[in-house]
Amino acid sequence: MNRRPRVGVIRVEIILPALASAAGKLRPTRMMHNPVMFTVEVGATLTTLLWLAQVTGASVGGTSGDPTWFTASIAGWLWLTAYFGNLAEAVAEGRGKAQADALRGMRTDTPARLRDGTTKSSAELLPGDLVEVLAGELIPGDGTIVEGIASVDEAAVTGESAPVVRAAGGDRSAVTGGTRVLSDRIVVEITQHPGESFLDRMIALVEGAQRRKTPNEIALGILLAGLTLIFLSVVITLRPFAGFAHTAISIATLIALLVALAPTTIGALLSAIGIAGMDRLVARNVLALSGRAVEAAGDVNLLMLDKTGTITLGNRQATAFIPMPGTEERELADAAQLASLADETPEGRSIVILAKRYGLRERELGDAGAHFVPFTAETRMSGVDLDGHELRKGAGDAIVDHVQRRSGRVPAELDRELGRIAGDGGTPLAVCRDEVVLGVIDLRDILKEGIHRRFEELRRMGVKTVMITGDNPRTAAAIAHEAGVDDFLAEATPERKLALIRQRQSEGRIVAMTGDGTNDAPALAQADVGVAMNSGTQAAREAGNMVDLDSDPTKLIEIVEVGKQLLITRGALTTFSIANDVAKYFAILPAVFVATYASVGAGNGPLGRLNVMSLGSPRSAILSAIVYNALIIPTLVPLALRGVRYRPLGASALLYRNLAIYGLGGLIAPFVGIKLIDLLLHGVLGA
Amino acid sequence: MTASGWLQIGLLLVLLTGITPLLGGYIHRVFGGERVLLTHALGPAERRLSALLAGREPAGQDWKGYAGSVLMFSAVCWLALFLILRTQSIQPFNPQGFRSGPWDLSFNTASSLVSNTGWQFYAGDTTLSNFAQMAGIAVNGFLSAAVGVATGIAVARGFANRSGKELGNFWVDLTRALLYVLLPLAIVGSVFLVSEGAIQTLAGNVHLSTLAGGSQTLALGPVASQKAIMLLGSAGAGFYAVNSTIPFEDPSGVANFVQVLMILAIPAALTATYGRMVGNRRQGWALYAVMLAMFLGAAAVAYPAESRPSPAMRAAGAHGLNMEGKEQRLQASDSTLMAVAATAVGNGSTNAALDSFTGLGGSIPMANMMTGEVIFGSVGSGLFGMLLMVLLAVFVAGLMVGRTPEYLGKRIEAREIKLVTIGAIAVPLIVLFMTAWAISTRYGMRSIFNAGPQGFSETLYTYTSQANNNGSAFAGYVGFSQPHAPGNVGAAGVTFADLAGGAAMLVGRFLPMLAALAVAGSLSGKRTIAAGEGTMRTDTAVFAVLLLATISIVALLTFVPALMLGPLVQALTPRLF
Repeated sequence: MNRRPRVGVIRVEIILPALASAAGKLRPTRMMHNPVMFTVEVGATLTTLLWLAQVTGASVGGTSGDPTWFTASIAGWLWLTAYFGNLAEAVAEGRGKAQADALRGMRTDTPARLRDGTTKSSAELLPGDLVEVLAGELIPGDGTIVEGIASVDEAAVTGESAPVVRAAGGDRSAVTGGTRVLSDRIVVEITQHPGESFLDRMIALVEGAQRRKTPNEIALGILLAGLTLIFLSVVITLRPFAGFAHTAISIATLIALLVALAPTTIGALLSAIGIAGMDRLVARNVLALSGRAVEAAGDVNLLMLDKTGTITLGNRQATAFIPMPGTEERELADAAQLASLADETPEGRSIVILAKRYGLRERELGDAGAHFVPFTAETRMSGVDLDGHELRKGAGDAIVDHVQRRSGRVPAELDRELGRIAGDGGTPLAVCRDEVVLGVIDLRDILKEGIHRRFEELRRMGVKTVMITGDNPRTAAAIAHEAGVDDFLAEATPERKLALIRQRQSEGRIVAMTGDGTNDAPALAQADVGVAMNSGTQAAREAGNMVDLDSDPTKLIEIVEVGKQLLITRGALTTFSIANDVAKYFAILPAVFVATYASVGAGNGPLGRLNVMSLGSPRSAILSAIVYNALIIPTLVPLALRGVRYRPLGASALLYRNLAIYGLGGLIAPFVGIKLIDLLLHGVLGA
Repeated sequence: MTASGWLQIGLLLVLLTGITPLLGGYIHRVFGGERVLLTHALGPAERRLSALLAGREPAGQDWKGYAGSVLMFSAVCWLALFLILRTQSIQPFNPQGFRSGPWDLSFNTASSLVSNTGWQFYAGDTTLSNFAQMAGIAVNGFLSAAVGVATGIAVARGFANRSGKELGNFWVDLTRALLYVLLPLAIVGSVFLVSEGAIQTLAGNVHLSTLAGGSQTLALGPVASQKAIMLLGSAGAGFYAVNSTIPFEDPSGVANFVQVLMILAIPAALTATYGRMVGNRRQGWALYAVMLAMFLGAAAVAYPAESRPSPAMRAAGAHGLNMEGKEQRLQASDSTLMAVAATAVGNGSTNAALDSFTGLGGSIPMANMMTGEVIFGSVGSGLFGMLLMVLLAVFVAGLMVGRTPEYLGKRIEAREIKLVTIGAIAVPLIVLFMTAWAISTRYGMRSIFNAGPQGFSETLYTYTSQANNNGSAFAGYVGFSQPHAPGNVGAAGVTFADLAGGAAMLVGRFLPMLAALAVAGSLSGKRTIAAGEGTMRTDTAVFAVLLLATISIVALLTFVPALMLGPLVQALTPRLF
């Protein structure tokens, strides 16, 4: 896996432009989409007007004797609060932009040579156009190869420097605009409209330009707007309430109270969290075609994983030679190696390599009258004729057939060994010399390292796994057991895959799968999260809702984690934001009501006793709360962009943990923060 | 504080926890249409009434149909009650010759009973004929309670439904709630109260000379029967203006204890009904546990607070319990328990003058109501109110475990959150704005008796109680002026207080109800997601704590400033206001 270099959270070249663009985002028409932060902006505007009136000496009601520096400070910090919210978003977008700029550099306008001989700009290509591309040229647009075969450098989109082979027909026919043909000649049928190419979509995605709010984000937004409405009502009614107690509260103080109570922390960071979630996927070379898909990934509770390449290393390997009675193990190894020398399949290579452990070097048998017999579907054997002997290896029944035709004896142990290996999930190959069965080679799927632990983690997260394989049920069961998956689908066909997804979904499962072939397309479309391999066909890429540029099926697991992390970050910061309000009440309300119902001659009334933080003065208390409220936003930006650390725990443990950190922490943190700010404002600056 | 006082609270806990699954199971069978003990006796009556209301083949209603029927039925009830109150002078059973009520007061009274509030600006014993008490007040005590139970069941069906959009048939549910749940329990309850000494008569008033030589008039009437349904059905309107403080309504210590139990019985039982309906009894117990914990917490604060001398007693050099405004026949624990129970449940029956509670003790009934009446709550509405809070807690917590929030396997999405938000913030907003309106305009000031924090508490309590459909009062806030004259000549309503309160009760009842029905409609038949390790469970202690915290934080953040200016300022100083 070749990862795009990750863009650090805070870097000067991202921060500087963000500082400027955050100010531009203060436009009211834009702020209105976020009711919480819009409330802050309206409050800031009102307080500023109030201050201007105070400065120019106009008589205004509602200042209740506030000094101008107080009104000005409140106004200033409210503007900063709104600005910090925008800054968080700008920084998140800036990280995407850095990646987008790199991509845009590749979207150069290349002249496309059509097969009918005409030439047009790549920006004008239409679906159905047939384009000829020669070695060394850039492919002008997304499409499917209809003629030829070529090696293509796709580093531009995947970051992978090793070229890949793309050919007409089959599952490796899709090509991406902006990638370079290294050898041969192909004819590509364009499949995308101008401006909608893969590269265009990728740029738009990482820039967050077309970002739509995801379902959970919309629901959370409604809840936050509802909370803001409640606090707005609390603040509006507080003035008459206080009036009844002969206490005047200035407008600036009321606005400060409103902003302190409104869930500004999560309101400010909400969109940054969403953008950063997408970004984390891009950093893993996965393109989610919608934010909805990222969220759905967090909900996944069933993963359908292809056996080959995901659970096991690509191919089977020889792991043991089991000789028949009367044959030495070394003798069997020698025969097996000789029979496999010409076998270029990975299985054949692994037999040769295993035999080396017996001190057998690879030999050149080109001369000496060796005659290689290749594998055919009819004989289901391969081997070599050497020195008058016929060495053969092949499927058990094929060898038995071969030996019996030569009236050789088939030892009873052969059947037993063949059965045992197949039952363990291996693939047995029998080896014979002339009419003598020498023994059996045990070919096995090699599990990827750590895959068992990975499934264990998934299970703790509440995600079950189903292994998809073309093997027979007996072999599949053994591998499934060894790998530790929860279930398996043997002798899988695209139709059975689709049926399984439908069945599991009706049982209430949220299913994720990976696929690359055209015949995977229906299943990819049916799955709640379908991750298409970039190496796959155009049909597969269209059907899925994510594309993995590395074509690494194991990544499904990471995708699920990113999805969960996105939701957890949102939930944790919401809890934190609301829990903060308790301390803000303790700071502001005693300050406001300090003199209410005070006995004659006494400075402080009964409610002054609630000043549990013993903040220096009422104005310092109110300012401290507002300053804390503003500063907590940039403080939490790195957390919002990085995401809350995800641990593979069960839901109950996770809830308990996050409640303790963000709920309890959210209750305590502001008490500390506000007190410290008050020490500075009151003790040092004398507020 | 006495050992017997705490023992009484403990006994209540044990009995209530014992009754809950029994009564809850019974209610579940009734609404599932299964045979119960009373089916043989009541079956024919049920079929006839049901056929009359819903037709021979009652069709299932979706949430809109169900809500439409609820609104239509309640509107008819309201109109009928309003007419009864306004035409009292031509009614039978009026030995006192009471005149008809003023229009504004009648508006408030009709809204009070139809919204299952039981708020009494009117003084039942000195303004209403026996006919109006029985045919008007008591009948609506039954009907509004039945509407509450039916709606609660319908909402639970929506949460439980695996397929289909139908929440049941309102008319069938209404019939069952009346015949199988409310009537039998009310009959048993009345007989018990009569056996303890509560009165039940259609005779006129008794005039007598007091020991001190003055003369007194004692109003009599069908007290026990009305009391029973008002307790069971959460309306809480007593025959007398003074409610359970008069021995005719609350004759003995045993009767008082049983009255508290009657208040809590059905709202508590509905949690068990709910657990059975959704097929996981632990879900019901989780709700019950949260309700009980908040109930005990309220009792644990209020009882010690009321066991200390009040500031007035201290000023006078008196010691001992705060017995100001409490029944001398009963213990402080009796009064406190009744107050906690009656405000936790949207009931409003009282046996003490709540405005004479200490600052801290008096904040508890208010805080109880400010949770949105979900600590057991009113019959039916307590359940759906709690379910709305559950969805809120599930939403925030669900995100924290990294999944789209789900409850009972159903996803909580934007539509549900929108409705939950409406249902959860409507009542607090009414309380805040009505109180602000009342204390800042001359229309409202007419009703406020005291100045300072006491006057503020009276007003805040009035609108909190009305908007939350509780019905208990802090005294001091008037909506009716009544000179002492035969037949109530010259009595008049305070128009602002009557109309504002009436509107608060109607909106506070029906807006959350519609929101809850809509949520149920939206959840009904929604694709359910299989539970697994990654699913946040909602029947565990962690979730119960979270739910409790959610309810408390939402209520506190909304009402702390108001509470500070009312009861809390009194709790923080020994000064007299």
